[in-house]
Amino acid sequence: MKVLLLLSILLVNPLLLSGCSDIKPWVKPYERNNLADPIMSLDRHGAAGAYIHHVYQAREGARGAEGGAGGGCGCN
Amino acid sequence: MRGVDVVVTNLSKLPSAFFKLFFILLTTVNLSWVPFSAQAATLPVDSVDILYHSFEGGGMDINGPFVLVRKSIGSQVSVNGHYYVDSVSAASIDVVTSGASEYTEERTELSAGVDFLHEKTMVSAGYTESEENDFLAKTVFMSVNQDFFGDLSKITMGYARGWDEISKFGDEVINEADRQNFKIGLSQILTKNSLMGFDVETATDEGFLRNPYRSYRILNDDKVGYTNEPENYPETHTSTAIAVRGLYYLPYRASIKAEYRFFSDNWGVKANTYELLYVHPLGKSWTLEAKLRYYEQTQADFYSDLFKADTQEFKARDKELSTFSDVTYGAGVTYELGKGFIPYINKLKFTLLADYLEFDYDNFRDASDTSLVAGTEPFYHFSAWVTRASITLEY
Amino acid sequence: MNKIVFKWLILLTITSFSFGASAEILKGAAPDFTLKSNQGKNLRLEDFRGEVVMLNFWASWCGPCRQEMPLMEELYKKYQKLGFTILAVNVDEDSSDADGFLSAVPVSFPVLYDNQSKVSEQYEVDAMPTTVMIDRDGNKRFLHRGYKEGYEIEYAKQVKQLIRE
Repeated sequence: MKVLLLLSILLVNPLLLSGCSDIKPWVKPYERNNLADPIMSLDRHGAAGAYIHHVYQAREGARGAEGGAGGGCGCN
Repeated sequence: MRGVDVVVTNLSKLPSAFFKLFFILLTTVNLSWVPFSAQAATLPVDSVDILYHSFEGGGMDINGPFVLVRKSIGSQVSVNGHYYVDSVSAASIDVVTSGASEYTEERTELSAGVDFLHEKTMVSAGYTESEENDFLAKTVFMSVNQDFFGDLSKITMGYARGWDEISKFGDEVINEADRQNFKIGLSQILTKNSLMGFDVETATDEGFLRNPYRSYRILNDDKVGYTNEPENYPETHTSTAIAVRGLYYLPYRASIKAEYRFFSDNWGVKANTYELLYVHPLGKSWTLEAKLRYYEQTQADFYSDLFKADTQEFKARDKELSTFSDVTYGAGVTYELGKGFIPYINKLKFTLLADYLEFDYDNFRDASDTSLVAGTEPFYHFSAWVTRASITLEY
Repeated sequence: MNKIVFKWLILLTITSFSFGASAEILKGAAPDFTLKSNQGKNLRLEDFRGEVVMLNFWASWCGPCRQEMPLMEELYKKYQKLGFTILAVNVDEDSSDADGFLSAVPVSFPVLYDNQSKVSEQYEVDAMPTTVMIDRDGNKRFLHRGYKEGYEIEYAKQVKQLIRE
């Protein structure tokens, strides 16, 4: 349970940070030129990406935490 | 590593505690950012992805199509579906050793899902069904993701529940297994040129968890030969994986991604995965990529290539539970065409990816040569080519 | 357990619904600026005093921005003769990316290049795209963050209102 608490603090951190209004988002929406570039996507290959994870899962003992979403243009 | 065991045991108590945390965080994230913005993220792009996939190596030849379709309905909903087939021709080491002959089989998977976007929250749900002549798996999944802190952070939480029916060809008995997994992820933009991701996933399976075709070896009294017996696995399997990844934009327009994942389960398996991916565009249309991945794991407690005596309840000889490592060398090329080539198509992308995998087992032996004394056979290793060729249309 | 899960998810989805305003009311003078444009000369905001100005911040890499461009063109064509203009401030670091997009989706209103993000900072742009409606006296009146289907109806309403003032 202690570990669980630690994990949740880690994840809640950005929330707490923003609660203190003096820390403002340091990358502005209009500065996301490079981050919006498709080569900066965590999931560039859709179906092909899902397939290779399946290949590894079927042959290895480990599973999970393969995903990732985020970054991008941050529009809207 | 005792400390690690403690962490993992605590993390594996996650299921019900996770649920509570899941919803507390969800509420906090959803409501606390209201005064900040009445903004939103974007729906996935409408697309059709047609992939041909192939795995060749280790005596196995598995290939087939994988079609993934996404369509938005209005500005808040996107539906998706996929169709996947594995056509298998297998004479793998397990098949060969058990004395069976090469077999062919087909696995078909169908999935349907929906994404719903409201302001900065995306709720997704779906159902997948996978079927072979001796295996049926049904999975229901849902996830929520939320953008916050000026869209610099994104938190994702997901839950999946599955029901499997496992039988053996020719055998009437249908065994069952239930699966659950929970994941939580945080992706954070660090600078104008970098972002990082942190993911945790815990899974619990219950029921019939072994492959009914696999058997373990037990040394005969003559100490030379062995007998095959059906494996016996525990009825529960709980695991946790923690991964961290970083993506960096290089000034001449290229990107580099580094990933590390730690895995541990209550069967004693511990694994480390390291991956490096370099993406290099050439002009506006071509993109090249290179990948290097290294995986290593230590065996399950109840694994042995050759049991000397029948001293423990659980016994496995599944090479996926042995101590081994594998390396992947991958390369890929993508060619992209923008608007104008095909009416109504905004983007047309051709992708070709080739990966060379080398598996090296430290304590799983190649028992195909029956003239050798049991336990003296060479350790098994194999290599495989994984090919992915796809056409993606965005409309 | 599953029932609780479901109820919670519904509750959360509903709560996230309650907050969704398309436009925010603004006050004060619109900060003046001069930027290079695609009209062959630099354009200054003050020069448009007397006209209703829709100031739109966009980028070639921003999906919703690209989506609203043709709709903005329609709006421009409809109300231009009544004393209305659109100034589309492009924030691409490399302006050739913007020009590439414009050759595929041409527009007749002025496009300004803010590749140093000076004007974006001035206007404290915190979403992409951002639209600021400026009245004939040069005051900021309405703010739209992002673009979703249907926003163009709001734009038209506000433009008509400001034209009539």
